[in-house]
Amino acid sequence: MLSRLTRSTPPRSLVRRRFISSTPSRKSDALFVHRDTPYNNPKIAFEFNEENMKRAQDIISHYPPQYKKAAVIPLLDLGQRQNKGWTSISVMNYVANLLGMPPMRVYEVATFYTMFNREPIGQNFVQVCTTTPCMLRGSTEILETVCEHLGGIKPGQTTADGKFTVVEVECQGACSNAPMFVVGDDFYEDLTPQSTKKILDAFKKGEKPKPGPQSGRKTSENSAGLTNLTTKPYGPGEHCLPEFQ
Amino acid sequence: MTSTMLKASSSSSQALLRTTRFSKQFRAKLRTSRSLATAAEPPVRRYGGLKDQDRIFTNAYCRHDHGIKGAMSRGDWHRTKDIILKGDSWIIQNIKDSGLRGRGGAGFPSGLKWSFMNKPGWEKDPRPRYLVINADEGEPGTCKDREILRGDPHKLIEGCLVAGRGMNATAAYIYIRGEFYQEASHVQQAINEAYAAGFLGKNACGSGYSFDVYVHRGAGAYICGEETALIESIEGKQGKPRLKPPFPADVGLFGCPTTVANVETVAVAPTICRRGASWFAGFGRARNQGTKLYCISGHVNNPCVVEEEMSIPLKDLIEKHCGGVIGGWDNLLGIVPGGSSVPILPIDMCSEVLMDYDSLKDAGSGLGTGAVIVMNKSTDVVKAIARFSQFYKHESCGQCTPCREGTTWMMNMMDRMVEGRGHQREIDMLLELTKQVEGRTICALGDAAAWPIQGLMRHFRPEVERRIAEFRAKNGAVGFGGHLASAADDTLASPDNLGLRLPA
Repeated sequence: MLSRLTRSTPPRSLVRRRFISSTPSRKSDALFVHRDTPYNNPKIAFEFNEENMKRAQDIISHYPPQYKKAAVIPLLDLGQRQNKGWTSISVMNYVANLLGMPPMRVYEVATFYTMFNREPIGQNFVQVCTTTPCMLRGSTEILETVCEHLGGIKPGQTTADGKFTVVEVECQGACSNAPMFVVGDDFYEDLTPQSTKKILDAFKKGEKPKPGPQSGRKTSENSAGLTNLTTKPYGPGEHCLPEFQ
Repeated sequence: MTSTMLKASSSSSQALLRTTRFSKQFRAKLRTSRSLATAAEPPVRRYGGLKDQDRIFTNAYCRHDHGIKGAMSRGDWHRTKDIILKGDSWIIQNIKDSGLRGRGGAGFPSGLKWSFMNKPGWEKDPRPRYLVINADEGEPGTCKDREILRGDPHKLIEGCLVAGRGMNATAAYIYIRGEFYQEASHVQQAINEAYAAGFLGKNACGSGYSFDVYVHRGAGAYICGEETALIESIEGKQGKPRLKPPFPADVGLFGCPTTVANVETVAVAPTICRRGASWFAGFGRARNQGTKLYCISGHVNNPCVVEEEMSIPLKDLIEKHCGGVIGGWDNLLGIVPGGSSVPILPIDMCSEVLMDYDSLKDAGSGLGTGAVIVMNKSTDVVKAIARFSQFYKHESCGQCTPCREGTTWMMNMMDRMVEGRGHQREIDMLLELTKQVEGRTICALGDAAAWPIQGLMRHFRPEVERRIAEFRAKNGAVGFGGHLASAADDTLASPDNLGLRLPA
């Protein structure tokens, strides 16, 4: 009864027949259950290449020897980078094996943190921030522009040519430079629909546009001219107590 | 019985009258004598207008070299050895005297917090001791730590050493949010340079004290900004907050004594030690001393991050550094003064409040991280707050039931409020729901999800009511949960408590 009322009224004839009501499928970000697929199953081999193995050993050395599993997030990140931007079940199993921890503990971590993609993504991973500070500066328009410009895909989808994946993300911590999106690891800030299209076009051609604010200002300074930090920074010992001069 | 009570009350009121008359005369006398006094009122101090020479983060806009050479030319690592040799109690006393309060949002006095690490007899404890830096900056509106991480990473590394010496830590972990890739690489570069220069490692700065600093990158979870969730996350688990006690100062990272501190808090420590606690305490009002990085976003002409004096009036901050509100100050609708977790303030309060912990607390909001989100009259304020609810729903870790279920519920209700699909009584139901979540969870995320909604209803309730009335006028009666009376099927038995037949 309740679940029926929330949605639009179904045709009268349907109501009369009184279906057994069922919960609609949850539209969550990603499926939390792993299902073996031809491209994602434990039989696909994965191991770190030499360079990443060296890095992994370096990362593991940062933690006490009995707490090797502390390295699981950095190692999954390394694995994801080596595995074309997504964390397959093989990556998780390999990391579990490397750190000597039960695979389940690795699955737990990989499903908890949003930066681990458990499905393949396109070459360019476009993450558009739509949280309130960006929303106030017009991120809805930016998201629409991105989706439209990439051939009418929806957030969460990949383009047919496999070049772009677009997702909507929560605050990325560049609110004074809103609206913004992230491509791979780089922040593109102070966007307008025009500059958005320009950046995407450059990526389509295989170029990498300059990250940072697209409005011409540097970092998060006042775009109409500096209101502070206009003088030369003070040097060592200046203004310090006599004993530290 | 009633008559005696009446009598008693009337006699007491007569007595009251007499005393008031008396005191009025007395006061009048006082006032006349007061006017003859020559002592002038102390001048009212205006806060704000910090000079460049008093700014700590001199490379906030990355205009200069962020590497060690540039950092040393701006005064970092200057006689750090002498600070370390002064010892832990000197450092902590300095931080206490400076009045520094945690810049991560809660505003706990930093000197006191750091001193919890040095309990009597701590030397006999063989466990290692950790300082953990919280650079998991994820609060919507907040982007101040980012400027420190990429512009002044050496201030942070030096701060780790000084704060670490203060609490006798053996190592520091800097937990940087995964999205900050460039920032993390700047910090890593700074660490490598500091090791190469002998400022870190065994015998740091030649002081005989050994100290290590490591970077740990997160992977995108807002909840990991909570101190115990952050510890869990470094340990390689899901970032779900722990119950306290035991507090991290007793059992923290890897089961060892740990203190978690914000980037800004730690990064200002060396400068405070070098320039003196009284210099730092000279800014801002009592108990709110110091300078602070504010990040202004939203509907201002020139959004920016700026270091200013504490207690600067909010209006001054926006007019002076951000070119004012888009469309002028009168076009302002409301301001969220401290990141998404604090309640919104309407325009009349915005023109009065000072940007510090106490003033904003008195105004029913909070300083939080100093993230000012400005909304002018073009904003759909209900939608803006509903978006916050969506954020909290997404970021709730799912450990405590009130938060896991409550955030989803709040989001659903807020989404309906945006179009006004609901019953007037549901506003109070929503408020009750926020009260049921608030204070009933392990960490403060539940509270943080509840406060913006409470703030909205406190100051913008008429707007929400107007939308509900409008929707009702257009679509007929609406029951609880957004059910339309017109969609109800009278041939079926339906409970009577859905509010479908309630008057507006």
